[in-house]
Amino acid sequence: MSETNFAFVATSDKPQLPAPKGTTGAIGWVRENLFSSPMNTFLTLLSLFVVYSTVPGLVNWAFVNSVWNANSLDECRALTENGACWGVVRERYHQFLFGFYPSELYWRPILAFALLFVALVPALWDGMPKRGLALMGSMTFPFVAFWLIWGGFGLEPVSSTQLGGLLLTMIIGVSGISFSLPIGIVLALSRSSNLPIVKSLAVIFIEFIRGVPLITLLFVAHVLLNYFLPKGVNFDIVLRVVIMVTLFASAYMAEVIRGGLAALPKGQYEAADALGLGYWQSMRLIILPQALKISIPGIVNTFIGLFKDTTLVLIIGLMDPLGLVAPTLADQRWNGIVVELYAFIAFMFFIFCFAMSRYSMYLERKLHTGHR
Amino acid sequence: MKKMILPVALGAAFAATSLSAATAGTLEDVQERGTLRCAVSTGLAGFSYTDENGKWQGFDVDYCRAVAAAVLGDADAVEFSPTTGKTRFTALASGEVDILSRNTTWTYSRDADLKFTFLGVSYYDGQGFMVKKSLGVTSAKELDGATVCIQTGTTTELNLSDYFTAEGMSYEPLSIETNTEGRANYLADACDVYTTDASGLAASRATFENAADHIILPEIISKEPLGPLVRHGDDQWADIGRWVLNAMKIAEEKGITAANADEMAATSKDPEVKRLLGASGEMGAAIGLNNDFALVAIKAVGNYGESFERHLGTQTKVNLARGLNAVWTEGGLQYAPPFR
Repeated sequence: MSETNFAFVATSDKPQLPAPKGTTGAIGWVRENLFSSPMNTFLTLLSLFVVYSTVPGLVNWAFVNSVWNANSLDECRALTENGACWGVVRERYHQFLFGFYPSELYWRPILAFALLFVALVPALWDGMPKRGLALMGSMTFPFVAFWLIWGGFGLEPVSSTQLGGLLLTMIIGVSGISFSLPIGIVLALSRSSNLPIVKSLAVIFIEFIRGVPLITLLFVAHVLLNYFLPKGVNFDIVLRVVIMVTLFASAYMAEVIRGGLAALPKGQYEAADALGLGYWQSMRLIILPQALKISIPGIVNTFIGLFKDTTLVLIIGLMDPLGLVAPTLADQRWNGIVVELYAFIAFMFFIFCFAMSRYSMYLERKLHTGHR
Repeated sequence: MKKMILPVALGAAFAATSLSAATAGTLEDVQERGTLRCAVSTGLAGFSYTDENGKWQGFDVDYCRAVAAAVLGDADAVEFSPTTGKTRFTALASGEVDILSRNTTWTYSRDADLKFTFLGVSYYDGQGFMVKKSLGVTSAKELDGATVCIQTGTTTELNLSDYFTAEGMSYEPLSIETNTEGRANYLADACDVYTTDASGLAASRATFENAADHIILPEIISKEPLGPLVRHGDDQWADIGRWVLNAMKIAEEKGITAANADEMAATSKDPEVKRLLGASGEMGAAIGLNNDFALVAIKAVGNYGESFERHLGTQTKVNLARGLNAVWTEGGLQYAPPFR
């Protein structure tokens, strides 16, 4: 066959035509995602209506008509008709952050907070050089933070009654979170252990804690312990609360991790045995890395729940951010202001809880190495 | 308070057995520690609140500061424990605090059953009702079938039920935990009536945007004598607390104020004033304090009337008239036994 028989030979690809109009770009996205069916159209319009009817009012209230420079609610009301009175936040924000901590010593909790992130780096970033050594350094963080916040050994001591606000939330939340995970892992392993004593102790502990409301445990920490301890032994109230919250969270953590352990196919355990690994080796190298990966959403869920549960301490009279609302409102200059304070507190909590949930999503994506 | 009596009583029993041997004396403990531990409310307008520097202020707080001044010579040597209606008695019974100054009503069962000693009446209150004017109600007797916002764990809860039963009326309770919550519910029309101590109602109403739209009904349905209290079993400590309160009242009767106390001590010819301020006699020594304990306390917080006017009086937003709380010479009930 000679080449001349062909009238036309394409020597290169034809240029691609653009996708039909209306299926790409902004319009395409809107069509695809917002108006793809009558139901979606309806929901879109409904959402637009809700946004339209709430957001402008909210923005006006929070930003446009709001008042920052006022020293009492009456001054605020004189300055604005329907705006937020952030004057109370301007005047009291340091109390909501630090409680009644002496203001000249604020650098100590701030330094402790900064060190928390330094200590977290080796724990959260697995590509870090010399990670093992750095992790050992992180282990000393609780002691350093304790020293910075409460003082002693050369620093001016600060009593627990002066702790409050977000500082108190962080103390209870961070210690609860960091201690409940290892305790939870130990409890979960104990509960799935073959040793009857270990197993039954773990079951009794977990079921007891899960059967009792957190508030009850807090009341025990606040009141009953005082009756049982000999007089003169003054066990710090914040420490008591931290212990109770940690125990409470550990029980839940143990069940979350046990779920992860149970989700692993039996073959994984048998494979570990077949390789000749001992119990601890198989747990460390094969079982736990997989079980913990599965449990991440549940673990972070427990963390966030724990962080928010710390507000319950207001019931035993500790001055966490919510607890500080009452004495602030009782000040006659601010008596009657409510929404602004709660909005400010909600904003603080949102920052921390949102950060935790974003980190957990990142971790899940990174560890998504299974065959699915 | 019914719910709390059993646990508190149990706790008190534990405390009594474990402490009876160990309690040398609260006074020694406080002096050794160098601070007074005083339980106050977590926040009640006029009675206890924090200022912008995080310092506790208020009528109940002033009393703690007066006791600290009398015992330790320093009104700022107080560690305040904010307590709720539920934790206050256990905090006191367990020895976590030395004295409770938290608008607490003096009742038989709290005195006898919970084993506390009330030190006197710092404020005579009574339970009242607040309604919206638009409801058209002018008397509490017209409240049949109303929804009532009521704080749990307080005597007001029991008074309310007593009153409605006695009047043969029915009501629907809406339980709330704090005054803030009660006010919010009332303003949001979740309940028709808000009931609590009349002082609390006045304080709440003062903060409403349209205070004139709300009325406090004329009926006062209970006696609420509020006062500080301590544990049973340490009479010396109770005497100290009682006489600091009395000293503040006597000081008002005699015209001693924070400003003129030193001068009165030096120049007054009135023998009772001289005894009170430590210028003559050995009065303070009898309760283990310095003879000028009252002078120090009054210099720190002022007399009863000064403290009242500063936090609750008509110049403040709480805006309470002295009423029953005027000294007896001016037609009130505040009547301190003689200081001799």
